[in-house]
Amino acid sequence: MGSPMVKLTGEEQAMLDGAKGAATAKAMELLIRYADALGAERFVETNNVAGVPGSSIPWVKEYYKADGGDYRAVFSRFDLDSDEVVDVPRMRAFSCHLQGGMDPTLWAEQGMTPEQHANFASDERETAAHGVQILKTCTPYIAGNVPVFGEHCAWMESSAVVFCNSVIGARTNCEGRESTSSAMLAQRVPDWGFHRDEYRYGQHKVNVEVPVDSLFDWGMLGYFVGLAVEDTIPVIDGQLGQPSLIRHKHFGAAAASSGGVEMYHMVGITPEAPSVERAFGANRPGETFTYDAAARRRIYEALNGVGQSTDVDFVMLGCPHYSIEQIAEAAHLIEGRKVSSNSALWVFTSRAVKATADANGYTKTLADAGALLMTDTCSSISAAVPPGTKVAALDSAKQVHYLPAIMGIEGWYGTTADCIDAACTGKWAGRLAEPA
Amino acid sequence: MTDAVAGPIVLTGRKVVGGVAEGEALVTHQTISGWGGVHAMSGTVIESRHELKGQSFAGKILVFPGAKGSSGWSGVFHMTRLAGTAPLALVFTTMTTKVALGAVVMRVPSVTDLDGDPLALIATGDWVRVDGDAGTVQIWKGGARPSSVG
Repeated sequence: MGSPMVKLTGEEQAMLDGAKGAATAKAMELLIRYADALGAERFVETNNVAGVPGSSIPWVKEYYKADGGDYRAVFSRFDLDSDEVVDVPRMRAFSCHLQGGMDPTLWAEQGMTPEQHANFASDERETAAHGVQILKTCTPYIAGNVPVFGEHCAWMESSAVVFCNSVIGARTNCEGRESTSSAMLAQRVPDWGFHRDEYRYGQHKVNVEVPVDSLFDWGMLGYFVGLAVEDTIPVIDGQLGQPSLIRHKHFGAAAASSGGVEMYHMVGITPEAPSVERAFGANRPGETFTYDAAARRRIYEALNGVGQSTDVDFVMLGCPHYSIEQIAEAAHLIEGRKVSSNSALWVFTSRAVKATADANGYTKTLADAGALLMTDTCSSISAAVPPGTKVAALDSAKQVHYLPAIMGIEGWYGTTADCIDAACTGKWAGRLAEPA
Repeated sequence: MTDAVAGPIVLTGRKVVGGVAEGEALVTHQTISGWGGVHAMSGTVIESRHELKGQSFAGKILVFPGAKGSSGWSGVFHMTRLAGTAPLALVFTTMTTKVALGAVVMRVPSVTDLDGDPLALIATGDWVRVDGDAGTVQIWKGGARPSSVG
């Protein structure tokens, strides 16, 4: 490679020269190419990396057959984008694997073959052997990796990135597979974007003029905000009800899907927005958008724009992965009822949260009703729905944005209670109630 | 004056990825999603309602505002390199981590920060030469291939 434009410390130069092994040298090469592409002047150190290191579908392994077609070949050639295959050591940074391809035990129900499962299990053994935590979730922040305010992270997964920046005040760009895998070895990421103070200020204002005080409403507001501000940073102010982890989780995922929002400020709520002035910092406020009762109705109709038939044959909950609070609510709503013989109910969460659900009896309550509690993935990530699914009901604005398009099915958006009712009756009866 | 005998329009900007490539332009004014928006095996845009829906960027100079959507952007565009369906070069206007990393792992000449708006000056079908190292874009309107490249 030519001489880098990004400035290297002595330690970074030594890593590039091979002081920490061939794989780390290749990781530094990739990170330097990436920093130079961005125009970054230096690196920041990170010890908190979340990605999908080395996991691959059989097609990729087959592509690298001449190199052995194994984890080592895929990690070298694809993750590090290296022209030679190198030995991959234990990761140096605290590293986590995000969501994966299937449930570790209910994979057959998800339509996976034994061969696909064997590939999945082999990748997971390698991931664990390289010191990467098997969190297998889009919500690492409720499964064992909670960053702190100001911490420099290197995360993939848009819904996790927006939570990390906005709610926690930690700092990450929306990283990709190759940059996170490299950062796991080199503990560096370009000092660009959300790592820098001046990049984190608000750009546009959103005034909330209708009460937003339920999980369902926070999701719709998120979807509105993403459509309005696209990938810029909004400053949201107005009639926001009591914030909670699950409300932020739903809001951010929705805003990241409809528009690509990677950070938001809520005045008096998120840590870098004690006031409107502080949220905008050195920026001059751009446009102002208003979320009122008419906007709320438009968003509800947009989210339900791909629903025609009220015969619901599949209900999916857990996008982003359900917290224990949400699983408890779903279990409470379905206790003593049965999923309709014309429908199915799958609930997705992380393995860590499922352990608590097992202990609390929620997994059994769901199973007794005919529902399945699954981990690791979701219907969109794995293109996995029950055979013959035509119409899905969802309580996630993000999932209704993706799943119907990916699977070519119809979709309805409603409250968690609307969705549980649909699972038990096989009929969609959701409607937009007046704001709380 | 007529475009037919005029020299190329030249834009100067900044190297993202080095190398030189030339070919026919495929232009969109809409950002592109990687995961869920592109079918890597065919290099085709699949996003509903995208103005390039159904069109392939394989072997074209892709001129676009930039990347949007999932953090899987680089991974999907990396797959297009393996599948032989990657664009020949990238010309874009908005820098993000997604498009920077995607350009790096596709290993195609890429430029941004140009001194003229490539989305206004380049039309689909124009002949375009991208010199990543020099940070320049040369445009021959109407797809007239230059008789010599100097």
